[in-house]
Amino acid sequence: MSFIGILKKKRSKNVDNKNIDRAILVFENTSEVIRAENVLKSQGWKIKVMGPPPEIRSGCDLVIEIPLIEDLNILRSLEEAGASPLEIVPVSSPLLQPVDLFQNKDFGKYLMIRAANMKLTIDKETQNIVNVSGGGCPDVPYLAQEMVGKTIFDAPEPRKIGHTLCGYALQLAYEEMTRRCSL
Amino acid sequence: MFAVAGTIPVQDFPLVAGEVFLEGDSISIQRNRVAVNRGTPALLAAAIKTCEVLDQGAPYGYLAGDIGLGDGSRRLYKFMTGDLRQIDSRSKPGKSFKVITFHYLQPDVDWHNQVLYAIKEMTKMPILIADAGFMYAAKMSGEAKKYDLFTPDIGELAFLADEEAPHPFYTRGFILHEEDRIHELIARAYKHNNAARCLLVKGKQDCVADRQGIQATIDSPVEEAMEAMGGTGDTLTGIVTALIESGMEIMKASTVAAKANRLAGHYAQPTPATQVMEIIRQIPKALEKILNEAKRGEEWERQS
Repeated sequence: MSFIGILKKKRSKNVDNKNIDRAILVFENTSEVIRAENVLKSQGWKIKVMGPPPEIRSGCDLVIEIPLIEDLNILRSLEEAGASPLEIVPVSSPLLQPVDLFQNKDFGKYLMIRAANMKLTIDKETQNIVNVSGGGCPDVPYLAQEMVGKTIFDAPEPRKIGHTLCGYALQLAYEEMTRRCSL
Repeated sequence: MFAVAGTIPVQDFPLVAGEVFLEGDSISIQRNRVAVNRGTPALLAAAIKTCEVLDQGAPYGYLAGDIGLGDGSRRLYKFMTGDLRQIDSRSKPGKSFKVITFHYLQPDVDWHNQVLYAIKEMTKMPILIADAGFMYAAKMSGEAKKYDLFTPDIGELAFLADEEAPHPFYTRGFILHEEDRIHELIARAYKHNNAARCLLVKGKQDCVADRQGIQATIDSPVEEAMEAMGGTGDTLTGIVTALIESGMEIMKASTVAAKANRLAGHYAQPTPATQVMEIIRQIPKALEKILNEAKRGEEWERQS
């Protein structure tokens, strides 16, 4: 399953504010849970191994609870250790899907792509990233600083230097922009 | 005095608290300088420019370096919970906050609640404004109505309207931001108590709203390029913060700020590649014009 595909899910249910800023990592089997737990604990993450909520029971009887906002950073650590989860879902609403709609705005010389709360704009001729806007997590100004002024193909990928869900949203916009620039 | 809490996108930027000044294209606090690109430095720079027009003192900044790891935000949350509790008992004259604006901070519900708890212990409750990550935490905590003003963009408004979404990344498709559904999104955000007392929604049209619905719409001048520019929402939040500090009522301040921000954008003649400092430089000229027009309007109303 792809890095972004890990976040995909199907339905929806009632909300509960308790643990609303937490997410659940779902794995294929218990030994993978234990391996991931070791990786994350050794890096100092505040995580909890627990039983899954009924909506996402799919064989494995354990999941790992993590801080939702920082999932990009956590997923990168797990991917580097070869311990990627099957999926990641919000604790408060385990069947929510991440945003998968893109909005494009053509300014003539410039093209802007929005994914969720993040917008990425390039100069169509040079393919230079001219602006990054939207978002509210602290890696957004950092990502903008690192990406603006570089071409879409030379700029660092948000998934590699970002840390939060806003970074994730920017990654989606980046992937869509890269796809369009490659046509 | 008003305070602004946020982060600086530099990993080793220290935790600092003190008055913030604008020096050229950088803000300066406790001998630390940082360039104004977007984010909290842009908010502060816009607030400082507004203060120049209003003849007000400098904002007080609570700042820490954070590139998204959340470490700087958490240090800052911890510091603020202690510092805010001490403010009323300090011998230092003049340090009390009429307005506090929270901005680019890692959304963390536990720390949000601790900061809010510390604020509730202050002798005089300040006006509370939240934008960006801290607004996400305020909504997630279920305490949104404790705030006086949220300043979301249209995507963030959809997140506020979606009672299930823990972050804008998870806003459900059927709710997702469509500017022609703004009335519905505002109503839904209030229905589920996920909005502050007032909302200043930034977008193609800026809307000022409360629980009763949209009270003002500001749609001119139009500079479409501003949507692509990083920091134009931050400047709006900075302007409205300084106007509220001056004693202006929140809804009026929101309307004046939206007009001034749009006019400053118009003066800068931006393209999607323009950087936000170009707009910040135009704020005094734009704000003076808007304030003079407002004054003339009020005089005319009084006479008639």
